[in-house]
Amino acid sequence: MKKLLILSTALSGFAFAASAQEVVLMSWGGAYGKSQTEAYLKPFTAETGIKTTMVDADNPATPVKAMVEANNVTVDVVDVEYADAIRLCDEGLLEPIDPSIFPDGADGTPAMDDFLPGAVTDCAAATIVFSTMYAYDTTKFPNGGPKTMADFFNIEAFPGKRGMRKGAKANLEMALMGDGVPAAEVYTILATDEGVDRAFAMLDKIKADTVWWEAGAQPPQLLADGEVAMSTAYNGRIFAAAVAEGKPFESVWDGQVYEYDVLAVPKGAKNKDTAMQFIAYATGTQRLADQAKYIAYGPARKSSGPLVGLYEDGKTEMAPYMPTDAANLTNALASDFEFWADRDTQLNERFNSWLLN
Amino acid sequence: MASSDMPAENDVLRTVDGTPLKAALANASRRARIRAFILVLPLLIFILLTFAVPIGQMLSRSFTDDKFSANMVELGKWFDANGKAAPDEAAYAALAADLATASKERSAGNVGTRINYELPGTRSLFTSAARKADKLEAPFKEAILALDPQWARPDLWAAMRSASAAATLNFYQAALDRQIGADGNFEAAPENVQIYVKLFIRTFVMSVVITGLCLILGFPIAHLLAVLPLRHASLLMILVLLPFWTSLLVRTTSWMVLLQSQGVINDVLVALGIVGDDGRLAMMYNQTGTIIAMTHILLPFMILPLYSVMKTIPPAYARAARSLGATSWTTFRRIYLPQTVSGIGAGGILCFILAVGYYITPALVGGADGTLISNQIAFHMQKSLNWSLAAALAAMLLAAVLILYWAYDRIIGIDNMKLG
Amino acid sequence: MALPIYADPLERIWYYSYRVICALIFIFLIAPIIIIMPLSFNYEPYFTFTPEMLRLDPAGYSVRWYDNLLTFGMSAPDAVRDSSWWADVWANAKWVQAAKNSIIVGFFSTIVATVLGTIAAMGLSRPEMPFRKLIMAILISPMIVPIIITATGLFFFYSDIGLSGTYFGLVMAHATLGIPFVIITVTATMMGFDRSLIRAAQNMGAGPVTTFFKVQLPLITPGVVSGALFAFVTSFDEVVVVLFVGSHEQQTIPRQMWNGIREQISPSILAVATILVIFSICLLTVVELLRRRSERLRGVTPS
Repeated sequence: MKKLLILSTALSGFAFAASAQEVVLMSWGGAYGKSQTEAYLKPFTAETGIKTTMVDADNPATPVKAMVEANNVTVDVVDVEYADAIRLCDEGLLEPIDPSIFPDGADGTPAMDDFLPGAVTDCAAATIVFSTMYAYDTTKFPNGGPKTMADFFNIEAFPGKRGMRKGAKANLEMALMGDGVPAAEVYTILATDEGVDRAFAMLDKIKADTVWWEAGAQPPQLLADGEVAMSTAYNGRIFAAAVAEGKPFESVWDGQVYEYDVLAVPKGAKNKDTAMQFIAYATGTQRLADQAKYIAYGPARKSSGPLVGLYEDGKTEMAPYMPTDAANLTNALASDFEFWADRDTQLNERFNSWLLN
Repeated sequence: MASSDMPAENDVLRTVDGTPLKAALANASRRARIRAFILVLPLLIFILLTFAVPIGQMLSRSFTDDKFSANMVELGKWFDANGKAAPDEAAYAALAADLATASKERSAGNVGTRINYELPGTRSLFTSAARKADKLEAPFKEAILALDPQWARPDLWAAMRSASAAATLNFYQAALDRQIGADGNFEAAPENVQIYVKLFIRTFVMSVVITGLCLILGFPIAHLLAVLPLRHASLLMILVLLPFWTSLLVRTTSWMVLLQSQGVINDVLVALGIVGDDGRLAMMYNQTGTIIAMTHILLPFMILPLYSVMKTIPPAYARAARSLGATSWTTFRRIYLPQTVSGIGAGGILCFILAVGYYITPALVGGADGTLISNQIAFHMQKSLNWSLAAALAAMLLAAVLILYWAYDRIIGIDNMKLG
Repeated sequence: MALPIYADPLERIWYYSYRVICALIFIFLIAPIIIIMPLSFNYEPYFTFTPEMLRLDPAGYSVRWYDNLLTFGMSAPDAVRDSSWWADVWANAKWVQAAKNSIIVGFFSTIVATVLGTIAAMGLSRPEMPFRKLIMAILISPMIVPIIITATGLFFFYSDIGLSGTYFGLVMAHATLGIPFVIITVTATMMGFDRSLIRAAQNMGAGPVTTFFKVQLPLITPGVVSGALFAFVTSFDEVVVVLFVGSHEQQTIPRQMWNGIREQISPSILAVATILVIFSICLLTVVELLRRRSERLRGVTPS
């Protein structure tokens, strides 16, 4: 009897281990993950017959490093922020991508011209432009809600708890912009020690009233629970909650920090070639336009722009919700990847100890 | 009367086949011991392989980190030859050579990260220098200092010297909030980055509070279950076992639902008029939330050992005390309570050990000031990927837990552990 | 434990308030388990009682989360619900996969833990066992060592030997975690075991193996079953080790729930929780009924 059990365990282990061609994408979960499943994964499987799987993580950049260093890479494609991709590429943790695999734009433009500037790097290809901004619950501010980044740090005028991402990135820039620094000077100031101190001093103002979130799906949850009055968030998640679920959330675009989000292949991925095939497919004109049907993130190709129309409900126009819409760019900051590739570790350490003290 | 089959005074007792009885007895009991040991052997080997070896391996990581020593070979050789001497042209030449190699092999990030552990902010020195390394020419000292004058810092060279050996105690220093100072010696880290000692203290204090609460809440329940007739006690025991068997995540989630600002408890309090609508109690994402949720989760671990001890206390002693004129408080204090001490000790130490190691609940409801040391270990494992520091913190936690475990063995005895 | 007739008024007050206190503590124990049940029928995908729910308005309630358990992860969730839809559920639905994984891993790890643990407990309960305390301490240590340390150690160890992300590795890890429970319960049972029965069996010519299977095992079965149950629950409920050691193919129910609290916040986890709680209640009731039945059969008067 015991022999039978051992045998069947071994067999089931083998059965599950031997997988045919497949692509495993590790992404951020929630509404964004769902948009990728609908726009990239399902059509890819329908066209090529290759099995696709979605795996969720709070921030796929950290498992990548852990997996490659432990020599145990279980995913094939990861979706990471631009600055993280640069850093990981520098450290040799990502496979280089051959730029010739990208298809031309649907209107005939060569691929490299069709992508937005800087969208394709040695090891990664951008799919979307996303933004970290903040949103508030309109029911909590019946007499008018906050309008600027400075309002986010103003507890007296706009009482209630705040939600912020648990990390230094984007928070420090927003703190400086809330302190009145114009977007063009943020990184110059942040490169100095006094600038960093100034940002932390600004964050100190709201530290006692802040709830720190780690997963992208948490800010809409916190707002809906009434746990916070306003929270920074990835703009697409707020869109999904406000439009798809009808929640009374209003986005504030003043002081938004936008960045590319890219697909990359970890070094040592098991299905490297299928992964490359998938990336080339997912960054095609129509695919990028399609993902904008499900969530308010701007496509990284110029030819996709005109193809973006309505949300999947068939009624809502997507354009006003995009980070790159003219109306939203009045005081916007493009995240500086070089700055974060260099200073990410150090500033996060400082943030961590600031948080625990 | 002497008889041939009566043993003489100095004759040794023998068994049938002639061996002395003592020897035969010793032989038999040794065989019995070996048989008993062989029964335990498979499990012992299993536990050693799947548990002791992995943990030992991980703890050994806390002593080694070769990110610097494996990649900066030339500089390592210079340090071996020159010890604590100030860096000269040869040192800078070695540094330049190593940076060029690092740039080719893309290991500059790792090298910088290793030094960054000791001196925050230095990682970018290495990555930017590596990018420009192949353009460096002699004299190297000037060339490197021209890249960035920070290369002359004595604490930087002290950090590099200590990192050029893979084996190091620096991570334990970091776990005790000590850093390399400006002159290159270890000293206490600046106030605003001293987190680990505080976190250890916070963990132990909160665990004591949680254990105390479990004791206060668990004692009456255990007593009730022990004295009720078994029929009724079994039914009530279901109310204790059901939370015990319910998934930890489910229980934590329900506490999130209950403790939120707009959660059930606050809504009830507002409806009853005890608190105003804007004065809702903040019970989530702070220490209060962690304490309440963890007390609930650990309560069965206090109730079950207490219950099994209380069941064995004969009621006759209490009745005898009453008949001799003691009040019920005196009976409880002097007769009943001393008999339950072993149960209190068993449940208390068990609860405390489990509380100290908890990870999931503080991660979900603790917010920033309800996090415990396990969360920091997990952070270094999964987010900052400073595995050596995580291992050093884990080693210290493990040492504390093992001391408590030994104390438990001394006071109660491992083989007396009962779970109802 | 009735109120004695010689009790004075203070004692009477204490008698009743003691029961009230105990009732409150029981409510503290059970309320979180009960509260999630109505919440799993929430129409909105958030963890709060909406005003419609509090008014008992049917519009605020729905079974969509139970439905979501079946459809989440399917390739064609909106198709007609015929046999191919169910086949899709069985192959693709994430919660169904998680349930399959939980049961497989739980079952095998319980078998390993119970078999090894019972044999070891037999040896440990013998009075002549050498180094008894030390070995007992080692065998119980998986329960004592903080789980985060075990999980991180296993992560590195398994990565080195290639067991990470395999069912075999996960089963071994869960068996390790369940063994202390088996050891504790079976040694406790063996303490109350009458050794003269073994001697009597040997006296009548039975070898050690026959003695074990025909004399010892039937009598210690309740303890072994209790230990096996603890081990199964430990494995079924375990999330930290799965987080570190398992890959996406070995998602168990708790791992999927962790996802549901962080990345995919949705009351589906409350639906799962409700199902599990109802299952536990049934299990506990069955165990209690069996206990009463065996009492009746043995002719013992109910105490």
